[in-house]
Amino acid sequence: MSRPDRILLAHGSGGRLTHSLVRDAFLPALDNPFLATMADSAVLPELPPGRPALTTDAFVVDPPVFPGGDLGYLSVCGTVNDLAVAGARPLWLTFAVILEEGLQGDLLLTFVRGAARAAAEAGVQVVAGDTKVVPRGKGDRMYAVTAGLGVVPDGRDVGDHRIRPGDAVLISGSLGDHGATIMASRHAIGGPGLRSDCAPLAALAEALLSSGAEVHSMHDPTRGGVAVTCNEVAERATARIVLDESRLPVRPEVAAVSEMLGLDPLYLASEGRILVWVAGGDADRAIEALRSHPLGCDATRIGWVEENRRGAVPVLLRTKVGGERPVDFLSGMDLPRIC
Amino acid sequence: MTSGDAFFDPRAIATLAGRIREASEGLDRQVVLMEVCGTHTHAIAAAGLRRMLPPQVRLISGPGCPVCVTPVDYLDRAEALAALPGTIVCTFGDLVRVPSSRGSLEQARARGARIRVVYSPRDALEAARAEPGARVVFLAVGFETTAPTIVAAVEEAERERTRNFLILPGNKTVPPPLRALARDPQVRVSGVLLPGHVSVVTGSREFEFLPAEFGIPAVVVGFTPADVLRGVLELVEQLREGRAEVANLYGRVVTAEGNPHARALLEKFFEPADTAWRGLGTIPASGLALRRPWAHRDASRIAVELPEPVEPPGCRCGEVLKGAIDPPECPLFAAECTPETPVGACMVSSEGTCAAWHRHDRWAAGAAS
Amino acid sequence: MCLAIPMELVERSDLEGDVEIDGVRRKVSLMLLPEAEIGDYLLIHAGYAIGKLNAEEARETLALLEELSRAAEDPS
Repeated sequence: MSRPDRILLAHGSGGRLTHSLVRDAFLPALDNPFLATMADSAVLPELPPGRPALTTDAFVVDPPVFPGGDLGYLSVCGTVNDLAVAGARPLWLTFAVILEEGLQGDLLLTFVRGAARAAAEAGVQVVAGDTKVVPRGKGDRMYAVTAGLGVVPDGRDVGDHRIRPGDAVLISGSLGDHGATIMASRHAIGGPGLRSDCAPLAALAEALLSSGAEVHSMHDPTRGGVAVTCNEVAERATARIVLDESRLPVRPEVAAVSEMLGLDPLYLASEGRILVWVAGGDADRAIEALRSHPLGCDATRIGWVEENRRGAVPVLLRTKVGGERPVDFLSGMDLPRIC
Repeated sequence: MTSGDAFFDPRAIATLAGRIREASEGLDRQVVLMEVCGTHTHAIAAAGLRRMLPPQVRLISGPGCPVCVTPVDYLDRAEALAALPGTIVCTFGDLVRVPSSRGSLEQARARGARIRVVYSPRDALEAARAEPGARVVFLAVGFETTAPTIVAAVEEAERERTRNFLILPGNKTVPPPLRALARDPQVRVSGVLLPGHVSVVTGSREFEFLPAEFGIPAVVVGFTPADVLRGVLELVEQLREGRAEVANLYGRVVTAEGNPHARALLEKFFEPADTAWRGLGTIPASGLALRRPWAHRDASRIAVELPEPVEPPGCRCGEVLKGAIDPPECPLFAAECTPETPVGACMVSSEGTCAAWHRHDRWAAGAAS
Repeated sequence: MCLAIPMELVERSDLEGDVEIDGVRRKVSLMLLPEAEIGDYLLIHAGYAIGKLNAEEARETLALLEELSRAAEDPS
């Protein structure tokens, strides 16, 4: 396959170079009949029964290639996961990229292959795309914008409106692996066990939802991690969420990076975990269903939902030593600190 | 259980809390214990330790957060330097959101200033090596723990002749403000939890003046919940028995003499200077200025235009920093001034007293309802 | 202030060393602790080793904590 050594402005001009970039770099990796037409729109078959779910997301990450993934892989996973936690079965994605003039062809290929790998793992097709090039210095290597279309099957209702006091809060795996890996890369911290958890979660969510457990709501704790996600949920569900610090699964590598840089794993992003709110009595069944899938083998219960009390802190942490503290929407936890 | 977990063991914590309660029964008054390390403030809030203490023991926070005590004009100068052509300012993440006269370093960056967050002063030195055409200024803040790392980077720059690496001196030392607080009639400190990692460098002996000159007991402790509670217990016991000495309960890293290499490097590059502490005013010989032979490393000698320093009106950070008032006594607290929209420095740093109280106070409100 | 964590020195060349904890590694400067030896646990702050863990003191502290923990189980 021929591919450019470096991206030129002309690769985004819509002319012959754009055409050959799409043909040589994108089509072979993302291969499917819809994309292959290179038409203005992908005209898709009729949707399966259910309610359509549509989402969009933009991706910027520094470094763009990290242990466990890359910008392309991340952008497809992120969109698939947004659909999956809404209870939708993801079907089709679009993938638009903004490239910085001078981007190395190899790096572009890494991103495109990453996107293709994620799509194959998630069982979705990338059916439309676009490429633009900005002058050198006006962007940072590559940005990606995706949209995803899926269907919520009839009879399925997942959302924060269903959260009730007594619900159990579960997580499908350890906290903050993605965030810790990115921060470690930025500050020259390494280790063989440091790896982003980035993964497409559609099959895991499906395993959970088909287990018969009464799943009320699901979220992927990306930006701001479990702390911010729980605060958002508590606000929308007008309930109080209590987390048990001794039950929070944090891998030793993530704890070590957090300690070195003064970060809190509760605020670090995951890109391959689901937070689940499930009827309290069904917690064990839900954990079993999550653990039946390789991406959920470390699933565990981390907290519960209580009646909201006026003026009360929406998210509370029972600390390991037997104290309590609020878990804030705190800003400023994302910078390395010395104190 | 790994060895680290032992410091968080709820049973050990419960025993310590019980012993503090027992020991406090022998006290004839409420005692006020001051921690002078923001990491202690943070550890106390994060583990919810305050609630475990009996009413006779009150914990207050002193000026132990280097971010919180950095005066506005230092930040104004840093912003002005970052706006100069060909200049890159490197800083610890702690400083970027602290309010200055014109906004903050974060806002200055949005206006086009070149400001980078680094983990280590060496990363700033590396930036200077990578861009020999630029002038790299490292914002030298922090107490005795951090100051040696900064002069070590300067020493490395001297050895290898990296000429474009400068610092903006703003380091401070802990003993002078402690002395000032011990003399301040507005503040009644019964005992002091000494900063563990400052003591790694200075040695515990540096704080002997507290019992010797002021009769105040002091204890060097680490930062886990068990460490902090052991320190509280030690102080309560000393107070109950009418003793005053410096106890070192952090012997696993702290010695009486400190780190001789770090102290020698500090001595080589820095000399004591009168310096302003946000809220406390100017304290004699409490700052670290570059000695004359290293003037070429001193970014404070670069002429810049500074705005008239604007302290946020109504902000009572100063009194909070002295432990003279609790944060809720400030009219701005939790009203205009919140962790999301900080007015004063004590609300910015996650280890600032106001930020820690903001969380604690909201918890208390919830518990009451 | 002052976050600092103990990490094991696993490699060194001159005044630079690799320190490790729980499988996580970083290069640090040993300029403030030139006497550090491989296998020592060093206190790391802002990319520098500023102190060394005294193993005997650490063991004593752990023993004390265990005793405190046992005291809670057996209130007598």
